Amino acid sequence: MIALLLRDLKLAFRAGGGFGLGLAFFLIVTVMVPFSVGPQSDLLSKIAPGVLWLGALLACLLSLDRLLALDWEDGSLDLLATAPLPLESTVTIKALAHWITTGLPLVMAAPVLGVLLNLPVQGFQWLLISLLLGTPALSVIGTFGAALTVGLKRGGLLMSLLVMPLYVPTLIFGSEVARRGAEGMAVQTPMLLLAGISAASIALLPFASAAVLRVNLR
Amino acid sequence: MSIWEYANPKKFLATTEKVMPALWVSSAVLITVGLVWGFFFTPDDYRQGSTVKIIFLHVPSALMAINAWFMMLVTSLVWVIRRHHVSALAARAAAPVGVVMTVIALITGAIWGQPMWGTWWAWDPRLTSFLVLFLFYLGYIALWEAIDNPDTAADLTSILCLVGSVFAVLSRYAVNFWNQGLHQGASLSLDEKENVADAFSNPLYVCMAGFVLLFLALVFYRTGTEIRARRIKALMARERLEA
Repeated sequence: MIALLLRDLKLAFRAGGGFGLGLAFFLIVTVMVPFSVGPQSDLLSKIAPGVLWLGALLACLLSLDRLLALDWEDGSLDLLATAPLPLESTVTIKALAHWITTGLPLVMAAPVLGVLLNLPVQGFQWLLISLLLGTPALSVIGTFGAALTVGLKRGGLLMSLLVMPLYVPTLIFGSEVARRGAEGMAVQTPMLLLAGISAASIALLPFASAAVLRVNLR
Repeated sequence: MSIWEYANPKKFLATTEKVMPALWVSSAVLITVGLVWGFFFTPDDYRQGSTVKIIFLHVPSALMAINAWFMMLVTSLVWVIRRHHVSALAARAAAPVGVVMTVIALITGAIWGQPMWGTWWAWDPRLTSFLVLFLFYLGYIALWEAIDNPDTAADLTSILCLVGSVFAVLSRYAVNFWNQGLHQGASLSLDEKENVADAFSNPLYVCMAGFVLLFLALVFYRTGTEIRARRIKALMARERLEA
């Protein structure tokens, strides 16, 4: 398992792995927002938590099609499926690698982008915490979407259509934590619910992902 | 006699063809009676005026929109567990009907909401969760269309339906949390004292029954079409082999 994780990380970090593309996308989306809604700082600070959450979600979504497609193309996914490691663990590791290469950098970058959007001071810690709790769910749910569409020629758009509705609860609770935190309100309830969604997704969704991957590899 | 007999496509077709005319006629009669009764022979509401009468389309279609997804969930489970092809095809057949019902419910709701709430659309929990349900339907149908191999498609869509159901329910409660509602409570429920007045509820029951039968007729019809399409495919493949 660790070997697989290291392999995925290496492939992602080295040239051609596309590491940092998600991060760059997150940056560019956030920079585009003031151009579209105007530079008023009070408006920006009001919408900053939601915009940052949406940007992180989109960046996560965009990087999903590389998650399994490359391994599918060169056949290493077949090897992984026949390996003694259960497919459930394989997809969990894949999701973990995706989180380390995409989710974690997004979490790290979010406060910097929060400065650009004039996020209130008390909002920073809650933005960080909400993203830290929420992005694992995004990776795991995304892995399910990637596994569903891995065999398709032009699966990218279809995958967005499939994954976006699944992201709804995570997005609602995640940006609710960030928004309430920024406005100085109590955040405990949505935070617990967000953590619950993440925990349940991590525990249960790998089984669904492995099941669809088996169907696709048949 | 068990329900699993209808897993045999031949038996399914034979039986549905027998009951289908009755289904079509009775659903047409019930919907006509319900709508005419509802539109012309009920009093205007003292606050809502005649706009209240859109309830006779709105509530039955919303009912079927949710129950169509529920039916897809059940048939997907049957496919995953017992691998009856008719079941997978029925799920596939129900999805477009369900999406149309969802759209009818959303549009009639918007038409009613404009004079009553003063807005076509509000990000109310019920409205929002219906919109999310609509997106789930779209994804489900798109996945069916995208995959060539019917068995692969059936497997993948049924798992999507199972996972999607969980997330649809989650979304339903998440949006409750996120915004307070404009939408009134359920119009009809068994455990509440205060329901819609009898003058409205009786034609509403008739319309709901009509919509249920219409849904069944459409699903049977579309499932039959799917079965025949698959037979044609098999026949053509056999001919190509022999030629």
